[in-house]
Amino acid sequence: MASAQAPLGQSRARAPARLRRRPDSGALGGVCAGVAERIGAPSAMVRAAMVALTAFGGLGIAVYALAWALIPAGPASGGRAGRWLALREALGTVLAVFVAFIVLHQLTRGLRFGAAIGLVAIVAAMLGLLVVPWLVRLVRSLSLERAARIREQERADVAAHLHDSVLQTLALIQKRAGDPREVAGLARRQERELRSWLLERPGSDGRDTIAAALERAAAEVEELHGVPIEVVTVGDGPLDGRLEALVQAAREAMTNAAKFAGSERVDLYAEVAKDSVEVYVRDRGVGFDPQAIPADRRGVRDSIVGRMQRHRGRAEVHSRPGEGTEVELAMERGASA
Amino acid sequence: MSARPRVVIVDDHRLFRSGVRAELGEEVEVVGDAGSVDEAVALILEQRPDVALLDVHMPDGGGVEVIRRVGEPAACVRFLALSVSDAAEDVIAVIRAGARGYVTKTISGPELAQAVRRVAGGDAVFSPRLAGFVLDAFADDRPRGEPGAPDPADHARDHAELDQLTPREREVLRHIARGYMYKEVAQSLGISVKTVEAHVSAVLRKLQLSSRHELSRWAMQRRLVSLDGP
Repeated sequence: MASAQAPLGQSRARAPARLRRRPDSGALGGVCAGVAERIGAPSAMVRAAMVALTAFGGLGIAVYALAWALIPAGPASGGRAGRWLALREALGTVLAVFVAFIVLHQLTRGLRFGAAIGLVAIVAAMLGLLVVPWLVRLVRSLSLERAARIREQERADVAAHLHDSVLQTLALIQKRAGDPREVAGLARRQERELRSWLLERPGSDGRDTIAAALERAAAEVEELHGVPIEVVTVGDGPLDGRLEALVQAAREAMTNAAKFAGSERVDLYAEVAKDSVEVYVRDRGVGFDPQAIPADRRGVRDSIVGRMQRHRGRAEVHSRPGEGTEVELAMERGASA
Repeated sequence: MSARPRVVIVDDHRLFRSGVRAELGEEVEVVGDAGSVDEAVALILEQRPDVALLDVHMPDGGGVEVIRRVGEPAACVRFLALSVSDAAEDVIAVIRAGARGYVTKTISGPELAQAVRRVAGGDAVFSPRLAGFVLDAFADDRPRGEPGAPDPADHARDHAELDQLTPREREVLRHIARGYMYKEVAQSLGISVKTVEAHVSAVLRKLQLSSRHELSRWAMQRRLVSLDGP
């Protein structure tokens, strides 16, 4: 009980609205002083009343003991040594409960049955008056504390995430300030990461979807080659082995666009319908003649067209020198086996 | 539009406002910028710009709130949403509140200037992302390749018209989503740029007026339903 002491100045400023014992100004537990302070009477008068009550078979002692045990101690107003006070409090509380039991036991034994019931009722009522508000306060403060703890935890999670992601990236950007391309890449990657964290896209973890797989592939290519890739998807669906091949082909198309086209931006558009998936990868770069693919660009023939055909899909490359390139990929859904 | 359009920039990030100002350069005349909804409303009512560039997200309500509060008195002002937001409902909400287009903040300076001119001229501006959202929201409920599907009852046709995209509109949007510019869409589909613009404007109108389930749901999430009512 003694541990529930608030800082001094704070409770001084607030009027003593609640009943608190004053262990530092009383001779025993400070019950009378506390009651006196609460009702605004001289403490001598309260003490006298308590003594008078004791005349009725020691009732005053029982009441005092119970009050000592149940009323929380108020803040110390200085003066007496804290350790002695705490020891007295602890001992006193135990002793008080003990005494209260003995006295009540003695009282009820000597009385007739009706009177005993009455006495128990009075004591129970007093207990209720004291204990119920205390319990309510306890529960309220516990739930407030819990809410605060949850808030604090959430804040810590956000702080941790921002530290691991945004702050690290900002530090990197400061270091690489001389390389605009890399800085743009870092900013872009961070933006993508933060955005997916904020939106908590389904499929970003656990069960994979076509759209999520395409976005991840785009992010990887973007990171490798430093060209921003704008991903737009319509519809979505679960990923299977054949669609995995489609994603790989799209990844290859994006890589080609980022590596060779010299385009400022690559657009990826995917439309997932009930029975088919179509993906378009477009750049505004140098373009080329698809009929005369250079030998070192096997990627288009093997990794895109060949891969799509192997999985019963279709790939077309539309390009003309100087006019950019668009790779069109299409695959029927559901026909897998 | 031969004269330079007069533009107001609304965004709660000062750095971003000055960035956009610099990027727009000489192509447009920036007549002011605002960092909050209150400032923006006052500025727009005072300046009556041709175009207001609106951030979708701001602490005190964002673009939707600005459009709502400016209201009738500045009916001549056209709004273009400019945002980093990825969330479809936010973008659709600002369009349904009355914005004539949506572009992402990663757009290049010349492209943004062109978008401003297009909006000032009364056309709609769809970025690939917005086109994707619209295609998603107006996803064809009927399975494809069934041209012979029974017609909806006649009395439902008025509604159906607003609630569905025509095959041509769908085709235009798909091209925009693929990263085509209006000129390239026109070339690819063998139609004029004017026709592309007409299709996009028609889609914008449907987007604002349709009571399609997905759109209503999005609007409701943003507590916009009261705006749609009488």
